[in-house]
Amino acid sequence: MSYLELHDVSKTYGDGIAQVHALQGVALSVDAGSLVAVMGASGSGKSTLLTIAGSLEDPTRGEVFVDGRPLSTLSRNGKARLRRQSIGYVFQDYNLLAGLSALENVSLPLELDGVAARKAQGVALEALEDFGLTDRASHFPDQLSGGERQRVAIARAVVGGRRLLLADEPSGALDSTNAEAVMRQILAACHRGMAAVVVTHDAQLASWADRVVFLRDGRIVDQTMPAQRPEAFLADLPNA
Amino acid sequence: MSVRHALLALLSEGPKYGLQLRQEFEARTGDVWPLNVGQVYTTLQRLERDGLVEADDTTEEGPQKGFHITEDGAAELAQWLRTPPDFSSPPRDELVIKVLVALGLPGVDIHDVVQVHRRYLVELMQQWTRLKEDESRFDLNFALVVDAELFRLDSLLRWLDTAEGRLKRAAAGVDAPLPQAGPLPKARRKVGNRS
Repeated sequence: MSYLELHDVSKTYGDGIAQVHALQGVALSVDAGSLVAVMGASGSGKSTLLTIAGSLEDPTRGEVFVDGRPLSTLSRNGKARLRRQSIGYVFQDYNLLAGLSALENVSLPLELDGVAARKAQGVALEALEDFGLTDRASHFPDQLSGGERQRVAIARAVVGGRRLLLADEPSGALDSTNAEAVMRQILAACHRGMAAVVVTHDAQLASWADRVVFLRDGRIVDQTMPAQRPEAFLADLPNA
Repeated sequence: MSVRHALLALLSEGPKYGLQLRQEFEARTGDVWPLNVGQVYTTLQRLERDGLVEADDTTEEGPQKGFHITEDGAAELAQWLRTPPDFSSPPRDELVIKVLVALGLPGVDIHDVVQVHRRYLVELMQQWTRLKEDESRFDLNFALVVDAELFRLDSLLRWLDTAEGRLKRAAAGVDAPLPQAGPLPKARRKVGNRS
Protein backbone atom coordinates (compact mmCIF):
# COMPACT_ATOMS: atom_id res chain seq x y z
CA MET A 1 0.00 0.00 0.00
CA SER A 2 1.54 3.30 -1.07
CA TYR A 3 1.84 5.82 1.69
CA LEU A 4 3.21 8.56 -0.56
CA GLU A 5 2.25 9.06 -4.19
CA LEU A 6 3.23 11.75 -6.64
CA HIS A 7 1.08 11.87 -9.77
CA ASP A 8 2.48 13.75 -12.76
CA VAL A 9 4.03 16.39 -10.53
CA SER A 10 5.67 19.42 -12.15
CA LYS A 11 7.15 22.49 -10.54
CA THR A 12 8.10 25.64 -12.39
CA TYR A 13 9.82 28.66 -10.91
CA GLY A 14 9.95 32.11 -12.50
CA ASP A 15 8.44 33.43 -15.72
CA GLY A 16 9.41 33.92 -19.33
CA ILE A 17 13.09 33.63 -20.08
CA ALA A 18 13.90 33.10 -16.40
CA GLN A 19 11.53 30.14 -16.14
CA VAL A 20 13.02 27.02 -14.60
CA HIS A 21 11.33 23.64 -14.78
CA ALA A 22 12.51 22.08 -11.54
CA LEU A 23 10.27 19.01 -11.88
CA GLN A 24 8.52 17.70 -14.96
CA GLY A 25 5.84 15.02 -14.85
CA VAL A 26 7.25 13.12 -11.89
CA ALA A 27 5.41 9.97 -10.83
CA LEU A 28 6.57 8.19 -7.71
CA SER A 29 4.99 5.92 -5.14
CA VAL A 30 6.52 4.83 -1.86
CA ASP A 31 5.02 1.97 0.13
CA ALA A 32 4.78 1.87 3.89
CA GLY A 33 7.87 0.06 5.15
CA SER A 34 10.00 0.82 2.13
CA LEU A 35 12.97 3.08 1.56
CA VAL A 36 13.33 4.87 -1.75
CA ALA A 37 16.43 6.84 -2.65
CA VAL A 38 16.38 9.62 -5.22
CA MET A 39 19.71 10.24 -6.93
CA GLY A 40 20.66 13.00 -9.28
CA ALA A 41 23.22 15.71 -9.90
CA SER A 42 22.97 19.14 -8.29
CA GLY A 43 20.05 21.00 -9.81
CA SER A 44 18.29 17.83 -10.98
CA GLY A 45 15.26 18.59 -8.78
CA LYS A 46 15.94 16.27 -5.84
CA SER A 47 15.31 18.78 -3.07
CA THR A 48 12.26 20.24 -4.84
CA LEU A 49 10.79 16.76 -5.04
CA LEU A 50 11.27 16.34 -1.31
CA THR A 51 9.74 19.67 -0.33
CA ILE A 52 6.71 19.00 -2.53
CA ALA A 53 6.32 15.46 -1.17
CA GLY A 54 6.43 16.93 2.32
CA SER A 55 3.81 19.63 1.54
CA LEU A 56 6.30 22.42 2.18
CA GLU A 57 5.71 23.61 -1.40
CA ASP A 58 2.82 23.14 -3.81
CA PRO A 59 3.37 21.64 -7.24
CA THR A 60 2.60 23.77 -10.30
CA ARG A 61 0.81 20.79 -11.78
CA GLY A 62 -0.10 17.30 -10.60
CA GLU A 63 -1.11 15.92 -7.24
CA VAL A 64 0.57 14.54 -4.15
CA PHE A 65 -1.20 11.94 -2.01
CA VAL A 66 -0.11 11.21 1.55
CA ASP A 67 -1.87 8.22 3.10
CA GLY A 68 -4.42 8.49 0.31
CA ARG A 69 -5.25 12.14 0.95
CA PRO A 70 -4.66 14.60 -1.91
CA LEU A 71 -2.64 17.50 -0.50
CA SER A 72 -4.38 20.00 -2.79
CA THR A 73 -7.58 19.50 -0.78
CA LEU A 74 -5.93 20.43 2.52
CA SER A 75 -5.96 23.94 3.90
CA ARG A 76 -2.76 25.61 5.02
CA ASN A 77 -3.53 24.55 8.58
CA GLY A 78 -4.43 21.06 7.42
CA LYS A 79 -1.05 20.70 5.77
CA ALA A 80 0.70 22.00 8.87
CA ARG A 81 -1.17 19.41 10.96
CA LEU A 82 -0.24 16.66 8.51
CA ARG A 83 3.41 17.69 8.74
CA ARG A 84 3.36 17.73 12.53
CA GLN A 85 1.59 14.41 12.90
CA SER A 86 2.68 12.28 9.97
CA ILE A 87 5.87 13.57 8.36
CA GLY A 88 9.39 13.70 9.74
CA TYR A 89 12.16 15.65 8.05
CA VAL A 90 15.89 15.09 8.26
CA PHE A 91 18.30 17.66 6.85
CA GLN A 92 22.01 17.57 6.14
CA ASP A 93 22.73 20.17 8.83
CA TYR A 94 20.56 18.44 11.48
CA ASN A 95 18.48 21.56 12.33
CA LEU A 96 18.47 20.79 16.06
CA LEU A 97 17.65 23.70 18.35
CA ALA A 98 20.86 24.65 20.15
CA GLY A 99 19.20 25.71 23.40
CA LEU A 100 17.32 22.42 23.87
CA SER A 101 18.67 19.05 25.04
CA ALA A 102 18.47 16.01 22.78
CA LEU A 103 15.37 14.88 24.67
CA GLU A 104 13.71 18.30 24.38
CA ASN A 105 14.51 18.46 20.67
CA VAL A 106 12.84 15.10 20.12
CA SER A 107 9.80 15.89 22.29
CA LEU A 108 9.28 19.36 20.78
CA PRO A 109 7.18 18.28 17.76
CA LEU A 110 4.86 16.35 20.07
CA GLU A 111 4.47 19.29 22.44
CA LEU A 112 3.80 21.61 19.49
CA ASP A 113 1.06 19.19 18.55
CA GLY A 114 -0.57 19.58 21.95
CA VAL A 115 0.82 16.55 23.81
CA ALA A 116 1.49 17.31 27.47
CA ALA A 117 5.17 17.92 28.18
CA ARG A 118 5.61 15.00 30.57
CA LYS A 119 3.97 12.53 28.20
CA ALA A 120 5.84 13.95 25.20
CA GLN A 121 9.15 13.54 26.97
CA GLY A 122 8.31 9.93 27.83
CA VAL A 123 7.62 9.17 24.18
CA ALA A 124 10.74 11.07 23.11
CA LEU A 125 12.85 9.07 25.54
CA GLU A 126 11.53 5.85 24.03
CA ALA A 127 12.51 7.12 20.57
CA LEU A 128 16.02 7.90 21.82
CA GLU A 129 16.20 4.45 23.45
CA ASP A 130 15.22 2.80 20.17
CA PHE A 131 18.28 4.33 18.56
CA GLY A 132 20.70 3.68 21.42
CA LEU A 133 20.85 7.34 22.44
CA THR A 134 19.49 7.13 25.99
CA ASP A 135 22.76 8.29 27.51
CA ARG A 136 22.72 11.38 25.30
CA ALA A 137 19.21 12.51 26.27
CA SER A 138 20.34 15.39 28.48
CA HIS A 139 23.14 16.53 26.17
CA PHE A 140 22.81 19.72 24.16
CA PRO A 141 23.56 19.64 20.42
CA ASP A 142 27.01 21.19 20.87
CA GLN A 143 27.89 18.34 23.25
CA LEU A 144 27.08 15.71 20.61
CA SER A 145 29.20 14.47 17.71
CA GLY A 146 27.94 15.07 14.17
CA GLY A 147 26.77 11.47 13.90
CA GLU A 148 24.92 11.68 17.23
CA ARG A 149 23.25 14.95 16.22
CA GLN A 150 21.94 13.38 13.06
CA ARG A 151 20.72 10.31 14.92
CA VAL A 152 18.87 12.59 17.36
CA ALA A 153 17.41 14.40 14.35
CA ILE A 154 16.17 11.06 12.99
CA ALA A 155 14.66 10.17 16.38
CA ARG A 156 12.87 13.53 16.22
CA ALA A 157 11.65 12.75 12.70
CA VAL A 158 10.12 9.41 13.64
CA VAL A 159 8.81 10.19 17.13
CA GLY A 160 5.13 9.84 17.87
CA GLY A 161 4.23 7.29 15.22
CA ARG A 162 4.96 9.42 12.17
CA ARG A 163 4.60 7.45 8.97
CA LEU A 164 6.67 9.30 6.38
CA LEU A 165 10.35 10.17 6.67
CA LEU A 166 11.87 12.62 4.19
CA ALA A 167 15.63 13.06 4.31
CA ASP A 168 17.76 15.47 2.30
CA GLU A 169 21.41 14.35 2.14
CA PRO A 170 21.14 13.02 5.71
CA SER A 171 24.77 12.01 5.97
CA GLY A 172 26.33 14.63 3.75
CA ALA A 173 28.55 16.02 6.47
CA LEU A 174 29.43 12.71 8.14
CA ASP A 175 32.27 10.22 7.73
CA SER A 176 31.44 6.83 6.25
CA THR A 177 31.05 5.05 9.62
CA ASN A 178 28.54 7.61 10.91
CA ALA A 179 26.84 7.77 7.52
CA GLU A 180 26.28 4.02 7.73
CA ALA A 181 24.88 4.36 11.27
CA VAL A 182 22.44 7.01 10.02
CA MET A 183 21.27 4.82 7.14
CA ARG A 184 20.88 1.81 9.44
CA GLN A 185 18.69 4.00 11.64
CA ILE A 186 16.53 5.12 8.72
CA LEU A 187 16.24 1.50 7.59
CA ALA A 188 15.20 0.47 11.11
CA ALA A 189 12.43 3.08 10.96
CA CYS A 190 11.28 1.56 7.66
CA HIS A 191 11.29 -1.93 9.17
CA ARG A 192 8.84 -0.55 11.72
CA GLY A 193 6.53 0.49 8.91
CA MET A 194 7.61 4.01 7.93
CA ALA A 195 7.80 5.02 4.31
CA ALA A 196 11.03 6.90 3.64
CA VAL A 197 12.47 8.97 0.82
CA VAL A 198 16.14 9.90 0.92
CA VAL A 199 17.53 12.25 -1.66
CA THR A 200 21.25 12.08 -2.15
CA HIS A 201 24.05 12.23 -4.67
CA ASP A 202 25.94 9.60 -2.64
CA ALA A 203 25.62 6.09 -4.08
CA GLN A 204 26.81 4.39 -0.90
CA LEU A 205 23.91 6.00 0.92
CA ALA A 206 21.41 5.30 -1.84
CA SER A 207 22.43 1.65 -1.95
CA TRP A 208 20.67 1.05 1.39
CA ALA A 209 17.35 1.73 -0.35
CA ASP A 210 14.91 -0.87 -1.65
CA ARG A 211 14.66 1.16 -4.84
CA VAL A 212 16.75 3.93 -6.31
CA VAL A 213 15.20 6.37 -8.77
CA PHE A 214 17.32 8.64 -10.91
CA LEU A 215 16.38 12.25 -11.59
CA ARG A 216 17.80 14.22 -14.49
CA ASP A 217 16.71 17.75 -15.36
CA GLY A 218 13.58 17.38 -13.25
CA ARG A 219 12.47 14.06 -14.73
CA ILE A 220 12.71 10.53 -13.40
CA VAL A 221 14.75 8.83 -16.10
CA ASP A 222 15.38 5.42 -14.59
CA GLN A 223 15.13 3.23 -11.50
CA THR A 224 16.79 0.12 -10.14
CA MET A 225 15.28 -3.35 -10.28
CA PRO A 226 14.54 -5.21 -7.04
CA ALA A 227 17.63 -6.85 -5.55
CA GLN A 228 18.22 -10.61 -5.48
CA ARG A 229 18.21 -12.48 -2.19
CA PRO A 230 21.69 -12.15 -0.65
CA GLU A 231 22.29 -15.93 -0.81
CA ALA A 232 21.50 -15.98 -4.53
CA PHE A 233 23.74 -12.97 -5.15
CA LEU A 234 26.68 -14.55 -3.33
CA ALA A 235 26.17 -17.88 -5.08
CA ASP A 236 26.29 -16.13 -8.47
CA LEU A 237 29.62 -14.40 -7.83
CA PRO A 238 32.37 -15.62 -10.13
CA ASN A 239 35.16 -17.55 -8.41
CA ALA A 240 38.54 -16.06 -7.73
CA MET B 1 43.97 -12.20 -5.78
CA SER B 2 47.27 -13.87 -4.87
CA VAL B 3 46.28 -17.32 -3.63
CA ARG B 4 49.99 -18.11 -3.36
CA HIS B 5 50.64 -15.39 -0.80
CA ALA B 6 47.36 -15.91 0.99
CA LEU B 7 48.37 -19.54 1.60
CA LEU B 8 51.81 -18.44 2.79
CA ALA B 9 50.08 -16.07 5.24
CA LEU B 10 47.91 -18.88 6.60
CA LEU B 11 50.94 -21.17 6.98
CA SER B 12 52.83 -18.44 8.83
CA GLU B 13 50.39 -19.06 11.69
CA GLY B 14 51.51 -22.71 11.93
CA PRO B 15 51.51 -25.97 9.96
CA LYS B 16 48.27 -26.78 8.14
CA TYR B 17 46.98 -29.31 5.65
CA GLY B 18 45.35 -28.61 2.29
CA LEU B 19 41.67 -28.85 3.15
CA GLN B 20 42.20 -26.75 6.23
CA LEU B 21 43.96 -24.09 4.12
CA ARG B 22 41.04 -23.99 1.74
CA GLN B 23 38.49 -23.57 4.56
CA GLU B 24 40.53 -20.88 6.28
CA PHE B 25 41.17 -19.01 3.03
CA GLU B 26 37.44 -18.85 2.35
CA ALA B 27 36.62 -17.80 5.91
CA ARG B 28 39.29 -15.07 5.87
CA THR B 29 37.97 -13.64 2.61
CA GLY B 30 34.42 -13.55 3.88
CA ASP B 31 33.41 -16.58 1.76
CA VAL B 32 33.36 -14.22 -1.21
CA TRP B 33 36.17 -15.91 -3.16
CA PRO B 34 35.57 -19.66 -3.17
CA LEU B 35 38.67 -21.74 -3.86
CA ASN B 36 38.70 -25.26 -5.28
CA VAL B 37 40.85 -27.77 -3.54
CA GLY B 38 42.77 -28.57 -6.73
CA GLN B 39 43.93 -24.95 -6.85
CA VAL B 40 45.16 -25.26 -3.27
CA TYR B 41 47.25 -28.36 -4.00
CA THR B 42 48.67 -26.98 -7.26
CA THR B 43 49.69 -23.81 -5.43
CA LEU B 44 51.20 -25.79 -2.55
CA GLN B 45 53.27 -27.87 -5.02
CA ARG B 46 54.64 -24.70 -6.60
CA LEU B 47 55.41 -23.18 -3.22
CA GLU B 48 57.22 -26.39 -2.26
CA ARG B 49 59.17 -26.38 -5.56
CA ASP B 50 60.25 -22.78 -4.86
CA GLY B 51 61.37 -23.66 -1.34
CA LEU B 52 58.78 -21.44 0.33
CA VAL B 53 56.92 -24.26 2.08
CA GLU B 54 57.83 -27.82 3.06
CA ALA B 55 55.67 -30.90 3.53
CA ASP B 56 55.66 -32.31 7.06
CA ASP B 57 57.51 -35.61 7.22
CA THR B 58 55.30 -36.96 9.93
CA THR B 59 51.96 -36.64 8.19
CA GLU B 60 50.40 -38.93 5.61
CA GLU B 61 49.92 -38.24 1.89
CA GLY B 62 46.63 -36.92 0.49
CA PRO B 63 44.19 -34.44 2.00
CA GLN B 64 45.73 -34.78 5.46
CA LYS B 65 49.25 -34.00 4.25
CA GLY B 66 50.54 -31.09 6.29
CA PHE B 67 52.72 -28.17 5.21
CA HIS B 68 54.76 -25.56 7.03
CA ILE B 69 56.34 -22.32 5.90
CA THR B 70 60.13 -22.05 5.44
CA GLU B 71 62.36 -19.10 6.32
CA ASP B 72 62.42 -18.12 2.66
CA GLY B 73 58.63 -18.36 2.62
CA ALA B 74 58.34 -16.05 5.63
CA ALA B 75 60.70 -13.55 3.97
CA GLU B 76 58.72 -13.72 0.71
CA LEU B 77 55.47 -13.10 2.62
CA ALA B 78 56.93 -10.11 4.49
CA GLN B 79 58.22 -8.65 1.24
CA TRP B 80 54.86 -9.15 -0.53
CA LEU B 81 52.85 -7.53 2.26
CA ARG B 82 54.91 -4.35 1.97
CA THR B 83 55.04 -4.17 -1.82
CA PRO B 84 52.22 -1.98 -3.20
CA PRO B 85 50.32 -3.50 -6.11
CA ASP B 86 51.16 -1.88 -9.43
CA PHE B 87 48.66 0.94 -9.90
CA SER B 88 51.07 3.05 -11.94
CA SER B 89 49.47 2.52 -15.33
CA PRO B 90 45.72 2.97 -15.91
CA PRO B 91 43.97 -0.34 -16.51
CA ARG B 92 42.07 -0.79 -19.77
CA ASP B 93 38.81 -0.24 -17.99
CA GLU B 94 35.96 -1.50 -20.13
CA LEU B 95 33.53 1.05 -18.71
CA VAL B 96 35.82 3.96 -19.59
CA ILE B 97 36.38 2.54 -23.07
CA LYS B 98 32.64 2.13 -23.70
CA VAL B 99 31.94 5.75 -22.76
CA LEU B 100 34.86 7.05 -24.84
CA VAL B 101 33.76 5.00 -27.85
CA ALA B 102 30.12 6.08 -27.47
CA LEU B 103 31.20 9.73 -27.58
CA GLY B 104 32.11 9.57 -31.22
CA LEU B 105 29.17 7.52 -32.47
CA PRO B 106 26.33 9.16 -34.38
CA GLY B 107 22.85 8.35 -33.10
CA VAL B 108 24.07 7.32 -29.65
CA ASP B 109 22.83 9.35 -26.68
CA ILE B 110 25.80 9.41 -24.38
CA HIS B 111 23.60 10.20 -21.37
CA ASP B 112 21.59 7.04 -21.98
CA VAL B 113 24.79 5.02 -22.18
CA VAL B 114 26.05 6.56 -18.95
CA GLN B 115 22.71 5.91 -17.24
CA VAL B 116 22.66 2.22 -18.17
CA HIS B 117 26.03 1.75 -16.49
CA ARG B 118 25.09 3.97 -13.54
CA ARG B 119 21.98 1.93 -12.81
CA TYR B 120 23.88 -1.33 -13.05
CA LEU B 121 26.56 -0.11 -10.64
CA VAL B 122 23.96 1.14 -8.15
CA GLU B 123 22.13 -2.19 -8.36
CA LEU B 124 25.36 -4.02 -7.60
CA MET B 125 26.00 -1.68 -4.67
CA GLN B 126 22.49 -2.40 -3.37
CA GLN B 127 23.30 -6.12 -3.46
CA TRP B 128 26.53 -5.65 -1.51
CA THR B 129 24.85 -3.31 0.97
CA ARG B 130 22.11 -5.90 1.55
CA LEU B 131 24.80 -8.26 2.76
CA LYS B 132 25.58 -5.74 5.49
CA GLU B 133 22.03 -5.88 6.79
CA ASP B 134 22.42 -9.47 7.95
CA GLU B 135 24.59 -8.89 10.99
CA SER B 136 24.74 -12.60 11.85
CA ARG B 137 26.86 -13.13 8.73
CA PHE B 138 28.80 -9.93 9.09
CA ASP B 139 32.19 -10.65 10.61
CA LEU B 140 35.20 -8.36 10.32
CA ASN B 141 36.74 -10.06 7.27
CA PHE B 142 33.47 -10.06 5.41
CA ALA B 143 32.87 -6.40 6.32
CA LEU B 144 36.26 -5.43 4.88
CA VAL B 145 35.58 -7.30 1.64
CA VAL B 146 32.13 -5.70 1.28
CA ASP B 147 33.53 -2.22 2.00
CA ALA B 148 36.28 -2.71 -0.60
CA GLU B 149 33.74 -3.71 -3.22
CA LEU B 150 31.41 -0.82 -2.38
CA PHE B 151 34.21 1.73 -2.62
CA ARG B 152 35.41 0.23 -5.91
CA LEU B 153 31.93 0.45 -7.44
CA ASP B 154 31.42 3.91 -5.94
CA SER B 155 34.61 5.18 -7.56
CA LEU B 156 33.30 4.06 -10.97
CA LEU B 157 30.01 5.81 -10.32
CA ARG B 158 31.78 9.00 -9.34
CA TRP B 159 33.72 8.85 -12.55
CA LEU B 160 30.46 8.44 -14.52
CA ASP B 161 28.92 11.42 -12.68
CA THR B 162 31.98 13.55 -13.37
CA ALA B 163 32.07 12.45 -17.00
CA GLU B 164 28.43 13.35 -17.45
CA GLY B 165 29.01 16.76 -15.86
CA ARG B 166 31.89 17.41 -18.25
CA LEU B 167 29.81 16.31 -21.22
CA LYS B 168 26.96 18.61 -20.21
CA ARG B 169 29.29 21.58 -19.88
CA ALA B 170 30.83 20.74 -23.23
CA ALA B 171 27.41 20.52 -24.89
CA ALA B 172 26.47 23.89 -23.41
CA GLY B 173 29.54 25.41 -24.98
CA VAL B 174 31.29 25.69 -21.65
CA ASP B 175 33.81 23.14 -22.76
CA ALA B 176 36.86 24.78 -21.32
CA PRO B 177 38.47 22.85 -18.50
CA LEU B 178 37.28 23.72 -15.02
CA PRO B 179 38.78 26.96 -13.67
CA GLN B 180 42.44 26.47 -13.07
CA ALA B 181 44.57 27.86 -10.36
CA GLY B 182 46.01 30.93 -12.07
CA PRO B 183 48.70 33.16 -10.67
CA LEU B 184 47.86 34.33 -7.20
CA PRO B 185 46.69 37.92 -6.77
CA LYS B 186 49.58 40.29 -6.30
CA ALA B 187 49.18 40.82 -2.60
CA ARG B 188 49.09 37.06 -1.93
CA ARG B 189 52.01 36.41 -4.19
CA LYS B 190 54.02 38.87 -2.18
CA VAL B 191 53.15 36.94 0.96
CA GLY B 192 54.23 33.77 -0.80
CA ASN B 193 57.52 35.31 -1.85
CA ARG B 194 58.36 36.29 1.64
CA SER B 195 58.07 32.79 3.03
